[in-house]
Amino acid sequence: MTTSASTIATDESPKVRLWRLAGRVRRARLPWVPITILASILICAAFAELIAPHDPRDIDILKKNIAPGETANHLLGTDILGRDILSRLIFGARTTVIISFVSLAAGAFVGTTLGVISGYKGGWIDALIMRGVDAALGFPTILVAMLIVVFLGAGTINIILAVTLTFWARFARMVRGDVLVIKTLDFVTLARITGVSTPVIMWRHIFPNVINTLTVVSSLLVGQIILLEASLGFLGLGLAPGDPAWGIMVAEGRSVILDVWWLSLFPGLAITIVVLAFNFFGDWLRDTLDPQLQSAQ
Amino acid sequence: MQEEPILKVENLQTYFFTTSGMIKAVDDISFSLWPGETLGIVGESGSGKSMTAWSILGLVPKPAGRIVGGRILYRGENLLEKSASQMREIRGRHICMVMQDPLTSLNPVFTVGDQIIETLKIDSSRTSGGHRERAVELLSSVQIPAPESRMEGFQHQMSGGMRQRVVGAIAISRSPQILIADEPTTSLDATIQLQYLKMLKDIQTQTGAAIIFITHDFGIVARMCDRVAVMYAGKMVEQAQVLQLFDSPAHPYTEALLKSVPDLDVDVDFLPSIEGQPPTLDDLPEGCAFAPRCPYVFEKCEEYPDEFTVEPEHTARCWRLGGAVV
Amino acid sequence: MQKYILARIGQGIFTLWALTVIVFLSVHLTGDPAIHLVPIEFATPEGLEIQRKKLGLDKPLIEQYGIFLKNVLQGDFGESITDGRPARDILASRLPATLQLAAAGMGLAILFGVPLGILSAVKRDSIFDRFAKIFAVFGMAAPQFWVAIILILLFSAVWKVLPAFGRGGPDSFILPSFVLAWSIMAGIMRLGRSSMLEILDSEYIKFARVKGLKEQFVLWKHALRNSLIPLLTFSGISLASVLNGAIVVEVVFAWPGIGRMLLDGVQQRNFPVVQAAVLASGFFYVSISLVIDILYAYIDPRIRFNQ
Repeated sequence: MTTSASTIATDESPKVRLWRLAGRVRRARLPWVPITILASILICAAFAELIAPHDPRDIDILKKNIAPGETANHLLGTDILGRDILSRLIFGARTTVIISFVSLAAGAFVGTTLGVISGYKGGWIDALIMRGVDAALGFPTILVAMLIVVFLGAGTINIILAVTLTFWARFARMVRGDVLVIKTLDFVTLARITGVSTPVIMWRHIFPNVINTLTVVSSLLVGQIILLEASLGFLGLGLAPGDPAWGIMVAEGRSVILDVWWLSLFPGLAITIVVLAFNFFGDWLRDTLDPQLQSAQ
Repeated sequence: MQEEPILKVENLQTYFFTTSGMIKAVDDISFSLWPGETLGIVGESGSGKSMTAWSILGLVPKPAGRIVGGRILYRGENLLEKSASQMREIRGRHICMVMQDPLTSLNPVFTVGDQIIETLKIDSSRTSGGHRERAVELLSSVQIPAPESRMEGFQHQMSGGMRQRVVGAIAISRSPQILIADEPTTSLDATIQLQYLKMLKDIQTQTGAAIIFITHDFGIVARMCDRVAVMYAGKMVEQAQVLQLFDSPAHPYTEALLKSVPDLDVDVDFLPSIEGQPPTLDDLPEGCAFAPRCPYVFEKCEEYPDEFTVEPEHTARCWRLGGAVV
Repeated sequence: MQKYILARIGQGIFTLWALTVIVFLSVHLTGDPAIHLVPIEFATPEGLEIQRKKLGLDKPLIEQYGIFLKNVLQGDFGESITDGRPARDILASRLPATLQLAAAGMGLAILFGVPLGILSAVKRDSIFDRFAKIFAVFGMAAPQFWVAIILILLFSAVWKVLPAFGRGGPDSFILPSFVLAWSIMAGIMRLGRSSMLEILDSEYIKFARVKGLKEQFVLWKHALRNSLIPLLTFSGISLASVLNGAIVVEVVFAWPGIGRMLLDGVQQRNFPVVQAAVLASGFFYVSISLVIDILYAYIDPRIRFNQ
């Protein structure tokens, strides 16, 4: 797997880098559909209270199981407890965004730190960390998540923990690969010769050149993170059962699928669309920023 | 020479149609190749030398690339009018090529012997047994020691020089009349290079094949070639016999190239190089492509230069030469 | 190659060992282990005391780990806290179902994914390639549990051609294995296509054409053989996805396998059962990965014949 680290890694200041990056992004043709979708999701997540027509937890047994399109009041229908599906979808976006992004950030943080240390220091530290990475990568993610939920209970923090534990390794491996290339470059050698301490080298020289790969890998992994989080929700390992999370909604709809088919259909569709958008966006990002990077495994 | 040329390329144009524009990789070149001779094609990377070879072989990368004009006459027949399967019959059997990097020319998952035998099987589908002997013979004809033992080996078990010989052996296994060598020594060590060139010469003596030697190294040209053609930005700017070229280069580009090769016997204060950069092929100037970098440029150079004869067998495309048109 | 195989085996053993440590520590570091391990009928304060002694929970941690490891190697995973049955028995009754499902799913994915991916590359940008890409893209984005539910709705409820759940005759395998296969197929197709494209662009393919070999022959012999190597590696990696997917698919289709056993155990906090399922999955996963890696070393001469 090649990286383009050696072709673009530089010793420039952050301002210069940002400027060059902005130039590249500006010149590239933006993928408008994915961006629109992603923007909508983010807006829903941030302003759910303003956008959603109803309170997602508003139970009204009299209004249960209204089909989509029957009333203007409930565009996508209601569920078995009379809650408005559209509103639950919108609030669900918030759950998805929060859990996914936090897990992503945490996993990226842990993974990058370990990857940089491992790649730069080499030796037994590298070997040890890589053993850990191999073991973690080889683990079915749901297994880990289940174990955590068994012992630590359900809840948002634990889901985030579970997802982080399963994804950090992918970051670590990618970043380490990049670091192995970067540390052979002249400006790093120069820093070493002039006596700059290791942590400073890692922070000032190595890390900025890893951001490219990190960004691309993140965008490619978000989709998988969302799917994992939805699966955990579906399996009941997620948050409390009343919560408007997409995975939970699909689970709720399962037992009544014959009559209330919309209950499972829409949240699943939402998940699919969002993951598609992230995948396309990630591909575009990779093609623009780092065409030599092979797709993340 | 009295004989007919075995290969005659006339006004060949191979263009690439990409999203960033049309690239004239090979733009109106003409040359001939006589049986048994060695013709060198010299130029920088991007000058169109390799694409000329691929055009002759009918393997221009599709769909972006296309031969849009000209004729390629092999023994009088126009190759561009042949069907795909007719071209396939010509490849390997009449015209063959060795490429620059032997490591990637051989398939890493099959044995060396397997790849030689599969080539031999194209002409006759006898059982492998009969072919095996011939394969071993071929290996020893390119001076590979203990050829028997190499048959079951893989290319990653061999040195670069040996690999290139194996590739050479495969290329001549069907006795082609024309062998194209596309910078075959670039990835070899200097000492190995000499051995390899000698091997090529021996092959030529044995089989009587004509060789088109593509290179950027004038040293090799001096050693190997009878005649030379110089390419720049997809055009052929000069053709001559080797001695003529070295003694009296007619085109400014050739002159500059020769000047920039350092002479080991002479001390110099600085190394001359050619001003400027080679042009990007989608943004070529009208007229002479070398004009922007030419020390002798004048107004007429805005027109695409005709080909002029400098002396018998020596032509160049440069307005400075004025005089009789070819 | 010997070194490579030995290293891989060592790695596998290490991973399995780490797994046992993680499982062991999970029980012993999160509260009173007795609660996790003891069948409910014994969970009175006096009963717990007795069980603690019986399980040796008063011994030092290292010694407990030693006993634990010994038990695991002998197949003793404790007893289910809900009904007292040995976890091993439950495991044995569930394992075949999951293995069959996984094999069917993986088999389907490879059987269809590999040719589709390669064909996509050979017929690049054709209608076929476009459809294949769309199929793959959806396979990777749609959540498996949702696809399963929708398919059950269509094929079982609406069109009534396939069973909705349970493991029975061959037709009960169709939907679950398809759902399992789809997302993996997507990855395989993508990889098959990109590695095939890379190969088709390689120098040795060009040389094969230059030699005068027929195009069909070049594809079948040279290109195909080389593209199998990365596909094999990918199959190894996607084993994790198969396990992931199996759990979800088993839940939706009420398939009596380890996945459901695991989920039920988790929901009931039935640790011995969870322990058995996790260790068994881990073991199979590591072993199959190992087999694939050894196969890979065999097929790629660069590894097989390395001094």
